[in-house]
Amino acid sequence: MSVTELPRLRAAPVEPVIRQRASSRTLGLLGCALAVAVLCFLNLAIGARVTPLGAVWDAIFHYDQADTDHLVIRELRLPRTILGVLVGAALGMAGAVMQGVTRNPLADPGILGVNAGASLLVVIGISAFGVTSILGYVWFAFAGAAVASVVVYSVAALGREGATPVKLALAGAALSAAFGAVTSAMLLLDQATFDQFRFWAVGSLSGRDMSIVVQIAPFLIAGCLLALCLGRVLNTLSLGEDVARGLGANVVLSRGVSAGAVVLLCGAATAACGPIGFVGLTIPHVARMIAGPDYRWVLPYSMVLAPILLLAADIIGRVVARPGELQVAIVTAFLGAPVFIALVRRKKLAEL
Amino acid sequence: MTAVLTGRRPTRGAVRVEADTAGVEVVRRVRHRLRRRTVVVPLALLMFLLVMFCLALTVGDFPVSVQQVWLSLTGRGTRATDFIVHELRLPRAVIALAVGACFGLSGAIFQSMMRNPLASPDIIGITSGASAAAVIAILMLGLSGFAISAFAFAGALITALAIYLLAWKQGVAGYRLVLVGIGIAAMLGAIIDYLLTRAQIWDAQVALLWLTGSLNGASAAELRPLLLLMVIVVPLALWAGGALGGLQLGDDAATSIGVRVERSRLLLILIGVALASIATAAAGPVGFVAFVSGPIARRLTHGTGIALVPAALVGAAVVITADFVGQHLLPVQLPVGILTAAVGAPFLLYLLVRSNRIGHGG
Repeated sequence: MSVTELPRLRAAPVEPVIRQRASSRTLGLLGCALAVAVLCFLNLAIGARVTPLGAVWDAIFHYDQADTDHLVIRELRLPRTILGVLVGAALGMAGAVMQGVTRNPLADPGILGVNAGASLLVVIGISAFGVTSILGYVWFAFAGAAVASVVVYSVAALGREGATPVKLALAGAALSAAFGAVTSAMLLLDQATFDQFRFWAVGSLSGRDMSIVVQIAPFLIAGCLLALCLGRVLNTLSLGEDVARGLGANVVLSRGVSAGAVVLLCGAATAACGPIGFVGLTIPHVARMIAGPDYRWVLPYSMVLAPILLLAADIIGRVVARPGELQVAIVTAFLGAPVFIALVRRKKLAEL
Repeated sequence: MTAVLTGRRPTRGAVRVEADTAGVEVVRRVRHRLRRRTVVVPLALLMFLLVMFCLALTVGDFPVSVQQVWLSLTGRGTRATDFIVHELRLPRAVIALAVGACFGLSGAIFQSMMRNPLASPDIIGITSGASAAAVIAILMLGLSGFAISAFAFAGALITALAIYLLAWKQGVAGYRLVLVGIGIAAMLGAIIDYLLTRAQIWDAQVALLWLTGSLNGASAAELRPLLLLMVIVVPLALWAGGALGGLQLGDDAATSIGVRVERSRLLLILIGVALASIATAAAGPVGFVAFVSGPIARRLTHGTGIALVPAALVGAAVVITADFVGQHLLPVQLPVGILTAAVGAPFLLYLLVRSNRIGHGG
């Protein structure tokens, strides 16, 4: 048997398998998107009082200002539903991008210092500038997230090798801890600030109105689009720096753009809802279990899986503690962690 | 690399032999320099610890000179210095050193075992277990003092056991263990957040202080059980650490060179958990020490191996320095858990930046 025959022999059965997998992946993706749509409707319908689905439909398409149900749906539930979808998608994708860039399964989007920076500036905003509204927190949080991640990235990028994965992870964790130290010092010394801050720090979708959604949505959407284009780049980076360079990739630029996407996504999400940790860390792992290690699929799957978790958590948080509610980040962890652990136990893991 | 240079190259002719001896000379010099570093760095750290220990015993609202401290330690002091040294400063300084060493060792063990610098016990859920138990004890049961420590200790052990059992599936793969740990940590974190938002602000702040990690409650009564446990666990850790070199190659390679992967990993996990729980019970989850000690130690020694002893020394140095700064050098007194990050983070960043410049990138 000659050597030249080998590729043809192998290629024949492989091609349809790949195509089949691709089509089942597309179907899965569509199924998840459908689930997001259903959850959106449920999220609009269920709350302190349950409105029939017909009323939800009317409230969106035949809005009647005199109807209280319509008012509740439009003014209270619609913003948080939109925010849930956008923030969920953003956190899921930010996590996938971060894990791809650092090649570390433990990297969450906060590793760039986003959460720590946002928290610090929110605390400063509360204690020094007397900010009390959620709308006021947004820009402090966003500024903090941006500054912190720029500092982390610059420290890691010093030197001729640039921002290697290990240096990014170490610098991010170190700076996060340093910011966190200043934050807790201020909280321990100033009880009034702590009293306000502890509710922001939990991470919640409640109390956000349409104006916040309008301000934050452009960043989230831009970040999502940017991140969706990163699949190929992350695939190359995941081969390791030397191989990526050998294949002709511009490693420095790839890392910079990816970090930029994470800042847009995670910074805006944290600004809108406060720090929500669990989603960004674990959803990419679930996406990887379903779709395999190819980032062109991991990214879209993260984008649809994360809102499912976040919206479901939001609904449950409102049902179990009626007429009050549990913050979404708390329910996310309680709902997501058992599922996540079960998945980790069942599936064969795809290592990064 | 060294094997190639010193190794079994066929030597044909005098020129080759000469080139080889020159190469051997270079390698010998480099190895000698590295070996010297592995001796000098721990000695320097010990000296630093001694200085900090003396400072911690002498400096304070009521300054006690070194001679007085010595007299007091050898049982010839006045009643005032005896009280200050034996009841206040000595327990605090020793607990700071012990807690730091425990966290440093524990962090270095987990980081090397998982081959991941982010895998310190903070991240994979063990300290979360201690924290959640302590917060429950403070906010729901209204306990204080030693009872909180006992709760935290039990919480850490139960959490570690739960993580190990949940990750068990014909053996525990390191990666699965870490992911399960993350899941558990998230749930425990949610419990803590939930309780903090529901509590009265006064109680919540007590809990926050505990969560930050503080040595304010350090007493002579706490010292004895802490040291007793350490005397048992630390030598075990250093002994079991021998397997880390093999485990770092990855499970398959480690098995093939004769490491009993599953058994050594179980042992190392047990020891790492024990160290973290002991330290957390004594001082709360003092942040960042477990994470920072290993990387700093490795960059100081320039070694590629696992520097367990330097990591323990670095941990002790970070905690006692942080406690000293928090007590005496700032306008307000701050708990040690805040300053460990403030002391450790800039130093690690400095090492990162500097090591890049001279080509030892991480």
